[in-house]
Amino acid sequence: MQTDEIREEILDILESIAPDEDLSTLDDAVNFRDQLELDSMDFLDIVMELRKRHRVQIPEDDYVELASMNSTVTYLEPLMKDIVKA
Amino acid sequence: MYDTIIIGAGMSGLAAGIRLAYYDQRVCILEKHTTIGGLNSFYRMRGRDYDVGLHALTNITPKGTKRGPLARLLKQLRISRDDLQISPQLGSDIVFPGVRLRFNNDFELLRSEIAREFPGQIDNFERVVSEIVEYDDLDDTHQAISARDKLNQLISEPLLIEMFFCPLMFYGSAREHDMDWGQFSIMFRSIFMEGLGRPYAGVRLILKHLVRKFRGLGGELKLRTGVERLAVDNGHVCGVVLENGEEIQGRRILSSAGWPETMRMCDDGDPVTSRSPGRLSFCETIATLDVQPQELGHRSTITFFNDSEEFHWTKPDEPVDVRSGVICSPNNFDYGESLLDEGTMRITALANFDYWNALDEHEYNMEKLRWYDRITDSAVRFVPDYRHHVLDTDMFTPTTVVRFTGHDGGAIYGTPDKQIDGRTHLDNLFVCGTDQGFVGIVGSIVSGISMANMHCLRD
Repeated sequence: MQTDEIREEILDILESIAPDEDLSTLDDAVNFRDQLELDSMDFLDIVMELRKRHRVQIPEDDYVELASMNSTVTYLEPLMKDIVKA
Repeated sequence: MYDTIIIGAGMSGLAAGIRLAYYDQRVCILEKHTTIGGLNSFYRMRGRDYDVGLHALTNITPKGTKRGPLARLLKQLRISRDDLQISPQLGSDIVFPGVRLRFNNDFELLRSEIAREFPGQIDNFERVVSEIVEYDDLDDTHQAISARDKLNQLISEPLLIEMFFCPLMFYGSAREHDMDWGQFSIMFRSIFMEGLGRPYAGVRLILKHLVRKFRGLGGELKLRTGVERLAVDNGHVCGVVLENGEEIQGRRILSSAGWPETMRMCDDGDPVTSRSPGRLSFCETIATLDVQPQELGHRSTITFFNDSEEFHWTKPDEPVDVRSGVICSPNNFDYGESLLDEGTMRITALANFDYWNALDEHEYNMEKLRWYDRITDSAVRFVPDYRHHVLDTDMFTPTTVVRFTGHDGGAIYGTPDKQIDGRTHLDNLFVCGTDQGFVGIVGSIVSGISMANMHCLRD
């Protein structure tokens, strides 16, 4: 997956976790927590959805990398480069 | 080999099952009883549908609210708010001699009622509210301080303190005489600051929805399947032996059977972690009426009553403590155009398990009739007298609670000492549900979700 495909995938996951959030105005540089109503259970769901959909394993120590869209995509790029978008 | 075996198909077990099955685990829920639900269940008798447990769902926030336990539960289980078809209460009250405090799902009503009945306490009340708002229920540090001490510091009118304790203890205190401040805060928010609601079809709608979801995700549910024991080897559960003799394996076990009940299943001898069972149990009467309660002038959804200035939250010496109680009319929710076919009045009161458990079948049936009348006589001091409109009645006692929940002593809210982190002395056995810490339907579901997330998903 390329950078923009990973971004699309994360948006899709966010939409499934928080269907009522308006994601069209999401600022990629700003922490999710500061612009969306996400709690620690929702962050676990981002990790779990990535595992369910793409078998990407994220160790608990790395959860902090998922703070914003930019940091998430940067973190996931090497892990998801060989995954073919369905 | 299952990834997770869950003991108990109540609200918490089903919710945990949905979480785990959604993330592709092999999950099996074992239910001892012939039906699902545990404490919150339903049955049909002489052609009528009855609910047990549920009076109302707490934590009812307006649709679209993004914070709070209800929003969290819907998100975590991928359930739409519309699927639960929750109708809000019409309005409830707390009645003590000479004082009535009304409340509904708009917190301003309770504020104005306190300003009217206790004008000298309104500033103190605001201080209580601001402390409650600050309490963080996701924080692991359980605030095990006395709610009574805390309220005595903040409020100088003892009657008002008793009037807060009455509904909050009835709806979820396993501890006698007092509550933990954390538990008090959670309950206060869930009942007064969020609100009460109910699906038109009652608790069966919620349970059936949860089961359908669980099965749809590939989860297995086995009814009439009690656990005989958990085979323990070297600090680890290595097998679940069922009452039918079969043995099944799971990588981990999540038990909603209750703390002492779960510990007793472990075959590693007397566990170091034993603790006393809860002592608080209920009787509940149910009357079906030939009129809607509103036609008798009864508009209240839930009435919490107490007949003196002091509220006693303790195991009664009498078979039933009729000094206080909860009167619930499921008709009095805002179902829009729909009305329930018949009127229903349910009355819940504290009861003594040992007394009811010692009766033989004949005495038991006679005592049920006797105490049905006493409980009803007590309640009609606080609501319109409906005794001439009764078509049919039923009643549960502490022994009924045992039959539905398996909890020792019919302990309605489990043991007073909760295991907030859900851990046990065994590395792959965890507890959820009543004895983990949250009560009520929303609380139980959140308990199942939290324990599944914390202990069963991250490996």
